Amino acid sequence: MSSRQFAIQFTVNGQSARVEAPPLKRLLDVLREDLGLTGTKEGCGEGECGSCSVRMNGALVNSCLVPILQVEGSVVETVEGLTVDGELHPLQQAFIECGGAQCGICTPGMLVAASHLLSHTPYPTVDEIREGLAGNLCRCTGFIKIFESVISAAAKKGSQAHAR
Amino acid sequence: MTASSNLRTVGTPQLRKEGVDKVLGRAKYIDDLEREGIWYGATVRSTIPRGRILAIHYDARVDWSEFVIVSAGDIPGKNHIQMISADQPCLADGQVNHCDEAIVLIAHPDKRRLPEALAAIYIDYEPLRAVLSIEESETQEEIIWGPHTSEGNIFKQFHLEKGNVDSVWAEAAYIVEGEYRTGAQEHLYIENNGAIAEYDEVTGITVWGSLQCPFYVHKSLMAVFDLPAEKVRVIQVETGGAFGGKEDYPSILAAHAGLLAMKARRPIKIVYDRMEDLAATTKRHPSRTRHRTAIDKNGKLLAMEIDIATDGGAYATLSSTVLSRATLHSTGPYVCPNIRITSRAWATNTVPCGAFRGFGAPQSIFAIERHMEQVALAVGLDSDEIRRRNFLHDGDTTATEQVMVEPVILDTLLDRALEVSDFHARQSEFARLNPLSPVKRGIGLAAFYHGSGFTGSGERYLNSLAGIDVTTDNKVRVLVSSTEFGQGTNTILTQIAAEALGIGYEDVIMAPCDTGIVPNSGPTVASRTSMVVGKLIERAGRQLVTGLRQDAGLLDNYSTQDFFTSCLRYRELHGKVESLCRYEAPPNIYWDDQHYRGEAYPAFAWAVYVAEVAVDTTTYSAEVTNFHTVQEVGRVLNPTLAAGQIEGGVAQGIGYALYEKVLYNNGHMLNNQMTNYIMPTAQDVPSISVHFEEIPFAHGAFGAKGIGELPHDGPAPAILNAIQNAINQSFTSIPLLPEDIFIRVTSDAHEQEQITV
Amino acid sequence: MRGNPESHHFIDAANLDEILALLAKEPGEWTAIAGGTEIMVAHAAGRLSAKKLINLWGVPELSNIVVTETHLSIGGGVTFNQIRHDATIIAEFPLLAQAASWIGSIANQSRATIAGNIVNGSPAADAPPALLVYDAEIELISHKGTRRLAYSDFHTGYKQSLLLSSELVLAIHLPRHHEQQIKYLRKVGTRRAMAITKVALAGTASSVHHAITRIRIAAASVADRPLRLIATEAALLNEPLNESTLSRARKALWSEVRPIDDLRSTAEYRKQVIANLLDEFLTQIARSSPS
Ligand SMILES: Cc1cc2nc3c(=O)[nH]c(=O)nc-3n(C[C@@H](O)[C@@H](O)[C@H](O)COP(=O)(O)OP(=O)(O)OC[C@H]3O[C@@H](n4cnc5c(N)ncnc54)[C@H](O)[C@@H]3O)c2cc1C
Ligand code: FES
Ligand code: FES
Repeated sequence: MSSRQFAIQFTVNGQSARVEAPPLKRLLDVLREDLGLTGTKEGCGEGECGSCSVRMNGALVNSCLVPILQVEGSVVETVEGLTVDGELHPLQQAFIECGGAQCGICTPGMLVAASHLLSHTPYPTVDEIREGLAGNLCRCTGFIKIFESVISAAAKKGSQAHAR
Repeated sequence: MTASSNLRTVGTPQLRKEGVDKVLGRAKYIDDLEREGIWYGATVRSTIPRGRILAIHYDARVDWSEFVIVSAGDIPGKNHIQMISADQPCLADGQVNHCDEAIVLIAHPDKRRLPEALAAIYIDYEPLRAVLSIEESETQEEIIWGPHTSEGNIFKQFHLEKGNVDSVWAEAAYIVEGEYRTGAQEHLYIENNGAIAEYDEVTGITVWGSLQCPFYVHKSLMAVFDLPAEKVRVIQVETGGAFGGKEDYPSILAAHAGLLAMKARRPIKIVYDRMEDLAATTKRHPSRTRHRTAIDKNGKLLAMEIDIATDGGAYATLSSTVLSRATLHSTGPYVCPNIRITSRAWATNTVPCGAFRGFGAPQSIFAIERHMEQVALAVGLDSDEIRRRNFLHDGDTTATEQVMVEPVILDTLLDRALEVSDFHARQSEFARLNPLSPVKRGIGLAAFYHGSGFTGSGERYLNSLAGIDVTTDNKVRVLVSSTEFGQGTNTILTQIAAEALGIGYEDVIMAPCDTGIVPNSGPTVASRTSMVVGKLIERAGRQLVTGLRQDAGLLDNYSTQDFFTSCLRYRELHGKVESLCRYEAPPNIYWDDQHYRGEAYPAFAWAVYVAEVAVDTTTYSAEVTNFHTVQEVGRVLNPTLAAGQIEGGVAQGIGYALYEKVLYNNGHMLNNQMTNYIMPTAQDVPSISVHFEEIPFAHGAFGAKGIGELPHDGPAPAILNAIQNAINQSFTSIPLLPEDIFIRVTSDAHEQEQITV
Repeated sequence: MRGNPESHHFIDAANLDEILALLAKEPGEWTAIAGGTEIMVAHAAGRLSAKKLINLWGVPELSNIVVTETHLSIGGGVTFNQIRHDATIIAEFPLLAQAASWIGSIANQSRATIAGNIVNGSPAADAPPALLVYDAEIELISHKGTRRLAYSDFHTGYKQSLLLSSELVLAIHLPRHHEQQIKYLRKVGTRRAMAITKVALAGTASSVHHAITRIRIAAASVADRPLRLIATEAALLNEPLNESTLSRARKALWSEVRPIDDLRSTAEYRKQVIANLLDEFLTQIARSSPS
């Protein structure tokens, strides 16, 4: 049996999106193919590498394992939505400054996972960062500079908050 | 080295050139690119390790008219991938020699239709006896490669003699023997291999790809398509990790995409999924190294006899050069008057092994640094002392009789490593606490070098060309075929250009890595980019400044503005502003390829690494709990990037030692999924401290030597040495999994029980 | 990506009743997708044989954790993220909270559901050992109504269970014990995170004067299903914790586990490590036992 196209509406990075797709199509593919949001990457397609990480209704998910039918009415945030008013997010800035991105293929997912972590744990310890990013594999950095990036971003965000 | 103190850009943590694009998710990797009218390709692969292809059937339930199908007969030129030898077919023709070898290619406009179509193509084989291990290959009972003589199954062999090995055994105070093994390792770049190809009768073939060496692909495509150089164009796009894994394989993939594009008359994209990438692409060469060592009563090495065997897989690919590097790193950083090394790369019916960070050195260094630990025990010296007594120093000669003319500071590196790791204090603390805990802790070290650049005459043969030009909108462009895949090529080379030209880092950009635009600066391998290609850029920069001074009125103490103003003048005179330099070997470099004697490498990077481990006797698992690295890599061009290289390499080395095991079943990779091929996560990597000593190397860019591969060499032996320190068990094989520790520990306990009973 | 989404039919129903009606009408035809962390992996690998799929994600009747006087009830659609952060679970069923926090990664936990973990039936699943030591009951629902079983009876073989094709897992019920218990959970995986369990042991116990008065032990990856270690428990119950009890317990353990060799480990390793974990648990009991 083949399945018809299915119309679905959801919000991506603050904008409303409407696509027609087979209901089992992966959110990852809808983002990349239907919406042209190629910042979200595929590294494994089986939930292991985290390069497809996005936030869905405030939860961190692997978009390679989410069928689009389940996204109806949801709010999705991808790496493309991290910037604020065209300015780099503190995490993005920190990843550049601290060397958190090398080849960059894990970076979008890593940034989304890190921003998710900071959303509920603004000043994470290294152990909390390790846990928060354990689902995001990076083969280039050995993770150390990624931890430094997250700590640096958290500190900067904090000092900005204090300044206000 | 002159003018070292007033460097402005080199040596500073300039921000990664393409960093902003990467953090914005805007950088375009191969799977992010599409072309008008594109179709998608997929590959039918062999399911047996060796056999004749009798027939290929296409299930009639699929409407094949919708597909484009390519097999060996469609190849317009030569059916081989142009590597060091031309033995590997682009598509198997009549016979397969390993599992997952490409036989047929298909393409369709809807990529989601491809898997079912692949499943509807059946191949009849007449199986032939397969050779699946070094030992089976060595028997030469079945010759699967090369002549049916004693040379059969051997891709390459080296024999190297220094002094007179046979004379000293009788007078030796100690003789220590050992056999060490290392397994296959997968690169596990997070971006799988992929390529897009377009074919046009007039302009020829264009390939975009995730790749390390555009001109390797270029050369290979010329042969497969029988096209002249100008009708082949290869463009590297943003590449999501490589580690050597995109050195040779992209030549195959590019040819496949190109063949489909030629037949389909439309652009073709092939991007592997993880399962296919793991099963079908290259791995690190498995190895077996035997050492027999004579030592005098003071712990000085008298003779080393070393025998190396590597498993090259089904085709020669880069096995000969990997073997060469393994051979040249097998003695470790030690001086010894009498050395004999024999080494062979064997053919087996497994997926060809290829380049992987370290390129044979991690295998050899694992062996020698584990072996030195046994030598220390035999002689009754500490791990550090045995090494210190045998270190190479300035003026000493290596196995190839290369004289160490550059300073060698191994003693300093060792002292610093002992100090930052608090080695001896930690060792005694662990010895005191271990009896009280089920978790046994230990500390171990490894000392090693890594030769920078191509081996022997390699750089001379490469004859690289690189340079810079200045665009009409006042940007300096670096013209190289050297690629960025995370290690920092873009940043380092633009830093060097900016420094040499005396202008700002932001005024320099990379020219697109397109064989139609950039000269051949050689492959991006062998830790050669900063040192060798960087030097060409440095020279090209200085040459341009001289030209601007002579022809275009550039004065001393010029500003960036002055620089570009005089470029304008220069352009009016010469039509363009360009400066290219060709490789010149450092003076007094001599290499005898026949006898493997002479200057093996223009420079060496040196290091001492220390690992702390915890072995849990409840679960038999070993974890690395702390890691220290001390190294001398010449001038550090960018401290952030350099530390990133070290940390990443150490993490990969930890995986190599303790986690990453490629499981084969009849030559097919069984665990070809990320859930079953286990690399370290953010929770498994310990803190890693990185320390540099800097001794600028006159013939490298602003004093740089190679850095990229070095950090993969040391972790495995340091970790297994630490495990030996923790539980007094000498393991000789990696990966070392809990199951292996379990077998040893429990069978030992069993033996002891039997002894006491 | 080896599956083709167009080869599968996937629908959303208006409510639970409609889903149940469909399951009853075409028995065995429909497969539910909750968090999809099993189904979508199978789909990506081209191994998803189910042709008709029905959505369970977000069905309200399955999505809550409810606490009553006697029980804590976890809806089948509750995710491990909900479980690890639930205050009552953390306080009263800490082993379950702990197990939940070890499942895959954060992204996995926000989608993986407890019913999915159970129904998928992997012997390596991490929630079952904790559920088994807490005497969980499983409540199944079909168009005809609900039935409630002891969870220890639910798994009947490798990927076999008492679940009928017309049924869904409605909830897991955990009786609330308020007495102080000694508790133990250890997962041995291939690495620290993102690890499939090679061996795991969960245990709870109460002891008086060095004798065990109540004990529950369960394990993962040592048999064809998640296993409550009944014989081992029997060998320990009401016995003093001495050498001979320990050795009888180990014998009982080895009589009831059936570990195998697979891609991730070996039978021999599992057999030894499960015994070591049992030792560790018993040592802990001995240490914390008031004399
Ligand atoms: C990367 C990764 C890491 C993982 N790590 C771990 C780990 O460490 N430990 C561990 O235990 N597991 C692990 N898992 C597996 C774990 O995610 C699943 O077992 C999960 O709990 C399944 O729930 P789901 O809702 O995602 O199931 P789905 O994929 O939606 O469904 C799985 C099965 O359960 C059925 N089902 C779902 N809900 C119901 C219901 N209410 N009633 C009846 N049938 C139902 C479905 O029909 C299907 O057959 C991992 C998975 C991935 C992808
Ligand atoms: S692609 Fe989704 S987790 Fe790897
Ligand atoms: S930067 Fe390359 S994988 Fe993380």
